Amino acid sequence: MRDRTTDLAIETSGLVKIFGKNRAVDGLDLRVPAGTVYGVLGPNGAGKTTAVKMLATLLRPDGGEARVFGHDVLREPDAVRARVSLTGQYASVDEEMTGAENLVLLGRLLGHRKAAAKDRAARLLEAFGLTDAAGRQVKTYSGGMRRRLDIAASILDTPDLLFLDEPTTGLDPRSRNQVWDIVRIVVAHGTTVLLTTQYLDEADRLAGRIAVVDHGRVIAEGTPGELKSSVGAGMVHVRLRDPAQRPAAERVLAAELGTDVHLDADPVALTARVAARDADAGAERASRALGALAAAGIVVDDFSLGQPSLDEVFLALTGAPAGETGRTPAGVPAGNRAGEPGSALADRPAARSGRAGHEARQTHGAKETYEIEETTV
Amino acid sequence: MSATTTETGTSFVPAAETLGAVLAPGARPPRPGALSASLTFGWRAMLKVKHVPEQLFDVTAFPIMMTLMFTYLFGGALAGSPTEYLQFLLPGIMVTSVVMITMYTGVEVNKDIEKGVFDRFRTLPIWRPSTMVGYLLGDMFRYTMAATVILVVGLVLGFRPQGGVVGVVAAIALLVAFSFAFSWVWTMFGLLLRSEKSVMGISMLVLFPLTFLSNVYVDPETMPGWLQAFVGVNPISHLVTAARSLMSGAADTGEITWVLVSGAVCVAVFGALTMRLYNRR
Repeated sequence: MRDRTTDLAIETSGLVKIFGKNRAVDGLDLRVPAGTVYGVLGPNGAGKTTAVKMLATLLRPDGGEARVFGHDVLREPDAVRARVSLTGQYASVDEEMTGAENLVLLGRLLGHRKAAAKDRAARLLEAFGLTDAAGRQVKTYSGGMRRRLDIAASILDTPDLLFLDEPTTGLDPRSRNQVWDIVRIVVAHGTTVLLTTQYLDEADRLAGRIAVVDHGRVIAEGTPGELKSSVGAGMVHVRLRDPAQRPAAERVLAAELGTDVHLDADPVALTARVAARDADAGAERASRALGALAAAGIVVDDFSLGQPSLDEVFLALTGAPAGETGRTPAGVPAGNRAGEPGSALADRPAARSGRAGHEARQTHGAKETYEIEETTV
Repeated sequence: MSATTTETGTSFVPAAETLGAVLAPGARPPRPGALSASLTFGWRAMLKVKHVPEQLFDVTAFPIMMTLMFTYLFGGALAGSPTEYLQFLLPGIMVTSVVMITMYTGVEVNKDIEKGVFDRFRTLPIWRPSTMVGYLLGDMFRYTMAATVILVVGLVLGFRPQGGVVGVVAAIALLVAFSFAFSWVWTMFGLLLRSEKSVMGISMLVLFPLTFLSNVYVDPETMPGWLQAFVGVNPISHLVTAARSLMSGAADTGEITWVLVSGAVCVAVFGALTMRLYNRR
């Protein structure tokens, strides 16, 4: 293994955390370069939060090693704590206290004198657009305001490494954009951000590199571009007027898109992956397919092109829907490690994703349980 | 302020300049010492009292009820009259009420620890026990308040301590100090058990025998031998005897020492267990 400890914010090898019989984190290998946003993408229960908690010294690893800026999380927890800050999945602020009190409390705990803590709190509240709400109890805040206060608390003394655990889950689109903007500004000022998310879209927008995590281990790692090219530009969903035309539509789509077409449970619906190198090429290809359907005399009631959802990413990467992969999915090279970016992304068995299509549809049916968002373009 | 103002700042757009200004790395102050961090958490506990004053109900209504109930329930039968009995009962009922209130510490810890804010505290490079000490500092305010409420009710009902102001203040100080030490039992259970309810359950299971099987209500001489043996070693009995002695103006140094030592043991044992659990979570 190369020794590049100095420019790595986080380095873990074989990190393990076991809760009872559940191996929540099961041999996690991460190498997070300093000064970047690093995305950890995975479904609920993939072990993202557990991993973050171990890195933030909140949980003791049961195996493996983890270093933050070269400091071992077990042996030098205070050295790690002095450089990191955590915004947890559930707001890490005190609901019963006001926004200002929360920040002053933290300022005091970080060693600021009372006047300095108050001044710092006021400036942060201003910068985060919370001055009007400063004197109100946090429980009266909206989700977006709470999250902003949470991040403000995390950067009270600008940390070298900021953990953001699903920072936009449950936020409306506007609040989500605000959080994204804040993250970009924070990173521009030199803080490394480890961002966990369930949304490919979010990781794509913010992260320089992404690790896809499932069952507590990294199943793929690479830049957003590498990741997406393995997934394709998205999925087309087609609804026909006449179920009798479906076999014909399937043939047309398969020919135009060059991928397997899946017949949904709904007798008039079809779904297919769009193989294209980016969203524009994908859109072009999808519209050509739509034209071909019309030319073949097939009546289409509804047509949509969606960005690949997390489910589809997992389908493409592992041949099984998120959270349903086995411990060592047959479709993933066993030797895949974070240190070998993109290796798992390149040689994806195309047939496998098609074969697993039926399972994928079932997952779509039970989508609520994953809270997976599908962005329609 | 109306309910419709909840969503202020939706139009907020993070500005690179203002945000950048607060992000500019300034010199970080040295980390606060153990005392400073503990006092800051104590301040947090007091802020909670300020924001949720209802929680003071436990330390006012409950002690008043206890005092009135037992004074008039047993007074005539045990000592001829409630006023006579009160001279014997008051220090004991004060101890009982305050020690009973200590269980809310465990409940609060248990409720709080599940919240995300604890994760933040635990990622700070501060003296680890300060969060727990802060709780207990806030609770000491509550204990003092409960003791004062009982004293006032007692004085109104005709309690006339011979030890005067000094004796009474010393007794309350001893009681609050012991309760602080004893509360570490509950911080431990608060961290150990899964739910508030189980913390309550365990607390009741410990507190009822501990407070009732003591010398609070009656002289242990009428009890069977085995029970006398338990009452004799029960720390509550020692605390009550010490408090009575201080309030009556004849300080029993032996009992006071016993109480202080058992308090120190409580902190050493349960404080250590609490911190072990706290670090492991």
